Amino acid sequence: MGFFDKIKKSLSRTKEQFVERFDEIVRGAEGPAERSRPVDLETLDALEEALISADVGVAAADRIVSAVRQRRTRGESLRDLVKGEILSILRAAEQPASNGKTPHVVLIVGVNGTGKTTTVGKLARFIKEAGKTPLICAADTFRAAAVEQLQVWATRAGVDFIRAKSGADPAAVVFDAIAAGKARGRDVVIVDTAGRLHTRVNLMAELEKIRRIASREIEGAPHEVLLVLDATVGQNGLNQAREFMGVAGVNGIVLTKLDGTAKGGIAVAIAHDLKLPIRYVGVGEGIDDLVPFSPEEYVNALFEEKW
Amino acid sequence: MFESLSTRLQDVFRNIRGEARLTEETVELALREIRMALLEADVNFKVVRAFIDRVRDRAVDQDVLKSLTPDQQVVRIVRDEMLALFGDAQGGLPTSAQRPRVIMLLGLQGSGKTTTSAKLGRWLAKQGRHPLLVSTDVRRPAAIEQLSMVGKQAGVKVYDPAGQLDPVARASGALVEAKNSGFDVVIVDTAGRLHIDDQLMGELQAIKGAVQPADQLFVADAMTGQDAIKSAGEFNRRIGVTGVVLTKMDGDARGGAALSVVSVVGVPIAFVGSGERLQDLEPFHADRVVSRVLGMGDVLSLIERAEEAVSQADAEKLEKKIRLDDFTLEDFRDQLRTIRKMGPLEQIIGMLPGMGAIKELKQQREQVDDKQLLRVEAIINSMTPKERRNHQLINGQRRKRIAKGSGTTVEEVNRLLKQFIQMKKMLKAMGGMAGLGKGKRPNLSALKGLMR
Repeated sequence: MGFFDKIKKSLSRTKEQFVERFDEIVRGAEGPAERSRPVDLETLDALEEALISADVGVAAADRIVSAVRQRRTRGESLRDLVKGEILSILRAAEQPASNGKTPHVVLIVGVNGTGKTTTVGKLARFIKEAGKTPLICAADTFRAAAVEQLQVWATRAGVDFIRAKSGADPAAVVFDAIAAGKARGRDVVIVDTAGRLHTRVNLMAELEKIRRIASREIEGAPHEVLLVLDATVGQNGLNQAREFMGVAGVNGIVLTKLDGTAKGGIAVAIAHDLKLPIRYVGVGEGIDDLVPFSPEEYVNALFEEKW
Repeated sequence: MFESLSTRLQDVFRNIRGEARLTEETVELALREIRMALLEADVNFKVVRAFIDRVRDRAVDQDVLKSLTPDQQVVRIVRDEMLALFGDAQGGLPTSAQRPRVIMLLGLQGSGKTTTSAKLGRWLAKQGRHPLLVSTDVRRPAAIEQLSMVGKQAGVKVYDPAGQLDPVARASGALVEAKNSGFDVVIVDTAGRLHIDDQLMGELQAIKGAVQPADQLFVADAMTGQDAIKSAGEFNRRIGVTGVVLTKMDGDARGGAALSVVSVVGVPIAFVGSGERLQDLEPFHADRVVSRVLGMGDVLSLIERAEEAVSQADAEKLEKKIRLDDFTLEDFRDQLRTIRKMGPLEQIIGMLPGMGAIKELKQQREQVDDKQLLRVEAIINSMTPKERRNHQLINGQRRKRIAKGSGTTVEEVNRLLKQFIQMKKMLKAMGGMAGLGKGKRPNLSALKGLMR
């Protein structure tokens, strides 16, 4: 199943709520007579609410709504406008993944309970399927049974992993993993880190240390620092992204649990406010349920059918 | 960063300060800020709409419009209305006659059910109960191991029949074990799902039927967005929810979504998880969460502190003195002492009427500290009572003596006197203004100049 189908399937709930609500709004505003008039306040309010209830956030919703407010002079369709605005917000945040020396080090970070460990398993599988040789590093030495959980995923993915004793220094484990990656000639080292709230200074400093160690061992490492965000997260996702960007140098987002009822609208808010691109989307509980993100396909899937 | 609601309101009201009265348009501006702040705190937009209407009704009241500190008045209305949303709901668990009492934890994946199970077990043990934990999450890799580990850390017994992979059998097994071994509480951890699905609901219903829980606690992540209402509502409709546990409140999430859950789904918040350590679970206090949703921090308690420190009678006396141009260095010293009584200067300076524009003060704040207040007070203390009552007496000789007595320099004494004279002028000018009319607290903005 391709990205489009998976996204479409996982967004079906989102669509039920967002697109149907949106259809309702648009229906009243799409006739030829309406198009020649300014959009009425009620439609704008309804649109804003639909966006807010999708966790798009006040700033991004504002931008989209003001684009719509000005539309009648251009006679454009409301639907295309909203779609175009969301797309251009997402596109503006896109940036090529950095290419460094091997092994390519990918650091997975995030607050507690967003699905980091699961993402590491899925990502290892994804990289392996792409014909590369990943190695998993279990640097979550804090949470009870985190290593055991990762072990299950590593076995499912068919990828070996470097572990340490519970309570060990995570940076030391990362050091070991990179050394092992070099010795075994691996392409990618994926590092699972412990979940931490972005407000905890000490724990954030630990990430800084991991980065330092990695960059000492391999030039440009960590090449990718992915922040794992739960699609149900609200506007706090912005704070998370901001803090993790500052301390851990996050340069991409993995949006997980998109197969829930949540809309992941926070991704639009983050792209709008912080210009941070979404790299992958987690769309299910299976090991193959991680797909690279594409703004076009995301928006198309979100707004597709019925239209 | 998110600007706190009180800062936003101050911005709105500062622009119109100096006008004789507030207009309804200004109130609308303020309401828009409130709306934005609530939406940014993830309060459900329907809740926000109804809420704004209620605040509007109260805010256009004439007393608020005429008030000297309309921003604080409005913030207070917002807080009151928000507290009203919670009703009299008390945190913790209701008393139950059932023994052993069964507590079932519900929630989506990653909300913190397993950690909460152990924390709750520890909390109950502290209350003198004997809890038994059991995991029915046979799905997530290592979930059962995780509960065993955190249970051990918490010093709470975990029931874990090896090889038993039927969730219902695990739960009812724990109940039997509790009855046989004298445990009086059984905490049942359940599997989470990415979203509400029929299979999960069926499983939870079966567990519920088997163990007949007294409490069904919905564990919600404080960082959840607008979707929270839907999942909580669905759990309530299909399984029944008797209380909410709000987790990850040690971050900077405002927990607005959780607040919506209370007001829309109508379920009280029982506990708040406030850290990673197993003792970090507390019964819910409405006022704390409300302040947090509003991003007000401790400002409101500071308002209360100020009201405590400055009695109505003192304020009236001072006001009379200002009107009669009878404000002396002694009165000034009293004011300084009052300020010190309220707490660290840095905290309170932003909330004093007329000094509320925190932003403006930011650069100055570094220079204004309690030590400087003490120096100023020392200078005044080194004056004779006569000098304090009539500053014009203080000539060059006296200044030298005062500087020596207070361990300061003549320059500092000069500066103080100069600024005191300026302050007196300003106070005189303000004495004629309408705002000081009805025994409101004294406007201390002139202090600001003095601290420079």
